[in-house]
Amino acid sequence: MIGNIIKKEFKELFTLSTLLPIVVVALVFGFVGQMVGNVGETIEEKPVIGIADMDGGDFSDIAMSVLIEKAEVIYDGSDAEEGLKEVREENGVALLVIPENFSQNIYANHPGEIEIYWIMRGAGMLDSVSSGVAEGLIQSVNQEISKELIQQDNSLDPALVLAPTTRIETTFFKGKKVEGLSPSQLSSMLISQSVVMPVVVMMLIIMAGVAVISSMGLEKENKTLETLLTLPVRRSHIVIGKVVGSALVGVLMAAIYMIGFLYYMRSFQISDINLADFGLTLGMQDYLLVGISLFAALLAGLSLCIVLGTFAKNYRSAQALIFPITALAMISSFTIMFKDFDTIPAVLRVLLFAIPFSHPMMAVRALMLDNYPLVIGGIAYAAVFTVIMIAVAVRIFNSDRLLTGSVQKRVGLGKLGWGFRR
Amino acid sequence: MKAVEVRELVKDYGNFRAINGISFEVKEGEIFGLIGPNGAGKTTALRVVATLLQITSGSVTVFGYELPKEAGEVRKIISYLPEEAGAYKNLTGKEYLNFIAKFFGEGEKFQSMVQRGLEIANLGERINDKVDTYSKGMTRLLLVGRALMVNPRLAILDEPTSGLDVVNAQEVRRIINSSVEAGAAVLLSSHNMLEVELLCHRIALINDGKIVASGTAAELKKEYDAGNIEEAFVKAIK
Repeated sequence: MIGNIIKKEFKELFTLSTLLPIVVVALVFGFVGQMVGNVGETIEEKPVIGIADMDGGDFSDIAMSVLIEKAEVIYDGSDAEEGLKEVREENGVALLVIPENFSQNIYANHPGEIEIYWIMRGAGMLDSVSSGVAEGLIQSVNQEISKELIQQDNSLDPALVLAPTTRIETTFFKGKKVEGLSPSQLSSMLISQSVVMPVVVMMLIIMAGVAVISSMGLEKENKTLETLLTLPVRRSHIVIGKVVGSALVGVLMAAIYMIGFLYYMRSFQISDINLADFGLTLGMQDYLLVGISLFAALLAGLSLCIVLGTFAKNYRSAQALIFPITALAMISSFTIMFKDFDTIPAVLRVLLFAIPFSHPMMAVRALMLDNYPLVIGGIAYAAVFTVIMIAVAVRIFNSDRLLTGSVQKRVGLGKLGWGFRR
Repeated sequence: MKAVEVRELVKDYGNFRAINGISFEVKEGEIFGLIGPNGAGKTTALRVVATLLQITSGSVTVFGYELPKEAGEVRKIISYLPEEAGAYKNLTGKEYLNFIAKFFGEGEKFQSMVQRGLEIANLGERINDKVDTYSKGMTRLLLVGRALMVNPRLAILDEPTSGLDVVNAQEVRRIINSSVEAGAAVLLSSHNMLEVELLCHRIALINDGKIVASGTAAELKKEYDAGNIEEAFVKAIK
């Protein structure tokens, strides 16, 4: 008897709509895990650097021996320009330049300057990991020089012994030269672009998507769809009306969400440096492009939702149908949050471009770096995607599918109560 | 002009034949009833005429407009009341009537449509309450009001009095009759054979996707030597 009840409960609860969210979450976690795994490898790998030693003194020799032991040195010479070229070509992280008089300065109670030219390839949260590892090298150099100074007992300034070098940093980031900042500092300044936009767009797509798919489910559950379809209004107008109406609801919900989220993110703002001082700012036309990109992505997402919504039998089944949208939005959001479009593998790049919601998530960062083709290409792609999805939805609205579902299946599943009224 | 002309209509759902070559006509100013048991094909036939379903074979014209080619034109002159219809629950009854009337007219025409809908629905002050708070009978009255307020040239009514008590059902039948007097044609379906006998000028008996007999109530009773339509129907399908 109890077995019979267990079997019934299992059948009631173990449905596609309960299984799908778990599968989606597992896939997303697996995807993120894959990326984190690669970060672990990056941390363990020796950073690829170039060294231009123009000093040749005692302390530069110490620095060289530490760097050669702990890093993969692809350039070891005295020409900074040639070294930088080599580092760029070999996908290196940085060129360390030890200028003339480095050792003499330290002996003279002045910190020795190390010039670091960083090559930053992405502004995602995980893109600055390798430069962070390289920053650790400087600490090792400092330690070894400190040891040497203590052994020599030169009665030097203790502050100098504790910190015998200073850094002069310049970061090259996608054609921009940012002086005075390391990649990790730059990355933390760009955190709002890295996190806020992907999260807000993800929430916007999910909220508006739920609205449009639920609307389709409710039309069927409340038995209003048949009346709607016999009114003297074009099917394309019904589809567009649903998409735009849901977009407005989604925008309002996202706006409320965004206000709270922005306050939350402010607590993570670690510097008062103005991005505009480094040429990393948006003009009016850039903001316009971000808005267009967001609206185009929203329409694309909602037109996909309305196609999915035609499969909804009622409000409950509509809730399950949102999960493909949630999965796509989460994949885009997490990928862009952690990695830059240019630093992910080609297959993921194609996937990311194909998901129309990715484009507004990437737009702010791309426009700061004058990557207009990516943003404009994304808008064009989202527009084409929307037109295709609306055409598919109108075709479905013009067919029997909305009222009868998948006919072949219904006949086959008649015994399971999926029959239709004739 | 014939209001509806259906010729050899076949409707398949996959490899299941729901309607198997039915033909009938509805004249202007006529109430034509399709009667039959559950699953006979009544709702499918009505949905085809209401432009909701595609035709597998055969032809359907409504006031000379051919389906599915001129479905847009047909939708301008019909009004369809499904058996299990509902209204938008977050709207009040009046807002719902306004929403529908906006598809059919503007200005004075719109106002008079809504006024007619209010009169037919006859829900008093409750018309300003949300549909969500209505009983099944009140919702049905609102929907009948919605279907007939637009003065359709053809009203397609699937079980129009379904869910209504005797008094309200009689009122709805009166409203349907008055619509026909005003020039509309009505195509309806019903399980209620007495209702059909009282209301319809002509009747088609439908069973298993086929029309087994048609004519006036008197003709059918005479043909099958029956005391009422129910008895005639049972004899017709044997």
